[in-house]
Amino acid sequence: MTRFNALNLAWNALSGHKKWTEQWPDAQPKAEYDVVIVGAGGHGLGAAHYLAKEHGITNVAVLDKGWLGGGNTGRNTTIIRSNYLYDESARLYDHAVDLWQDLSQDLNYNVMYSNRGVLMLAHNVHDVQSFKRHVHSNRLNGVDNAWLTPEECKDYCPPLSISKHARYPVMGGALQRRAGTARHDAVAWGYARAAASRGVDIIQNCAVTAIRRNTDGSVAGVETAKGFIKAKKVAVSAAGYTSVVMQTADVRLPLESYPLQALVSEPVKPIFPCVVMSNAVHAYISQSDKGELVIGSGTDQYTSYSQRGGLPLIEHTVAAITEIFPIFSRMRMLRKWGGIVDVTPDRSAILGKTPVKGLYVNCGWGTGGFKATPGAAHTFAWTIAKDEPHPINAPFTLERFRTGRLIDEAAAAAVAH
Amino acid sequence: MLLIHCPYCDETLPELEFVYAGQAHIVRPDTPSEQTDEEWEEFLFIRENARGPHFERWRHTHGCGRFFNAVRDTVSDRFYATYKAGETKPDLSKLLGGGK
Repeated sequence: MTRFNALNLAWNALSGHKKWTEQWPDAQPKAEYDVVIVGAGGHGLGAAHYLAKEHGITNVAVLDKGWLGGGNTGRNTTIIRSNYLYDESARLYDHAVDLWQDLSQDLNYNVMYSNRGVLMLAHNVHDVQSFKRHVHSNRLNGVDNAWLTPEECKDYCPPLSISKHARYPVMGGALQRRAGTARHDAVAWGYARAAASRGVDIIQNCAVTAIRRNTDGSVAGVETAKGFIKAKKVAVSAAGYTSVVMQTADVRLPLESYPLQALVSEPVKPIFPCVVMSNAVHAYISQSDKGELVIGSGTDQYTSYSQRGGLPLIEHTVAAITEIFPIFSRMRMLRKWGGIVDVTPDRSAILGKTPVKGLYVNCGWGTGGFKATPGAAHTFAWTIAKDEPHPINAPFTLERFRTGRLIDEAAAAAVAH
Repeated sequence: MLLIHCPYCDETLPELEFVYAGQAHIVRPDTPSEQTDEEWEEFLFIRENARGPHFERWRHTHGCGRFFNAVRDTVSDRFYATYKAGETKPDLSKLLGGGK
């Protein structure tokens, strides 16, 4: 693999970009690994990268039923923020935002992280009160978040209308300046390259059909489409399919899988400088570097593995966007897609050990897993390597649903997240 | 748009008239104070999350307002059957083998 730098970029430009070597090697499975990670999305590949880089564990395979980053990593709206209300969530997501800052340098791959800011609009008195509470709570936790008046919102995001006669007038907003977006595919590719350069095998089109256990109950390995692979430790990071995979190891999880949709418009010249979310109207929007408006929709009301989602939600979303930004009312939408997200009852992730020895799980990110990718992967790798919780992921146990120590972002979330 | 058959109204209507109400046939405990933490966890939080045929509840909110049960394939979103609340679970093998 070529390490990217200015010199070889120039050399390859002169040779017409025809002499680049492969980005990462497509591996075939060996008979045995120290760690097998199920799911080659950002979270799984990231865990492999940090296992190799920080814990010296390189005899690792990352398996995926499809292609690399073809699940929710490639199906989200790429928004990154950490303005969560509860201490536990604030620490976890802000750890991720810390890692996002120089992730491109760490991976030697441009993930196009852009801290263009996330502005959450308040349209009524309740929004104002609850956002101000979030701002105060975030600042006590050292998380960047500030309250903006309507005029300041307009300064930050000129396409916004702050007319008092709007159907949903803007009464202010909470702005996290350090938040922003990144190129989602590049996150998967960057982690894959970095992990593969340290000897991790990335095996695509190799679905895990079952997790096999030893007679003493500990993990023995995984049954796959390419045969049995022995493993000392198995880490599942399979988003919407986690409960299906974990059930084969007799671990039942408090998860339900829903389709979550998003859509993009035709590409236009730069018009939209930041990310804007409106919880009251349920709209969020940003503009990609390609020029498309990236619009997030919601989850269907019913559980499904269809990876499509229903059209009524798209209609609702587009209606919400045009309420807030009438200038976009004549834009044509280019494509829409759905990903299967695994939702927990308290809308917080499950990240850590399971009752099965040698089996670890990183799931339950619901509709907001992309932003957490580096933080979740980093602390997950720690837990896999040391067989103990990282101080940041320690509250996100599976046991909390028995003890009742929930991290109830369902009630506290700044948005359906 | 899903089309859902309400067993009370005996009409097949668009999904917008209905609200999904989670997994069906979860029985409330008879003696709540004797439940262990594990049993509460199972009752409150653990769900089948089936990939394939799924027993679930729906409510015809913008119609008769009543809850009923359904069997839906969560991969294709096809409904195999809907039936009134309180009726016994239909036999899955008969439903799937029924050529539907």
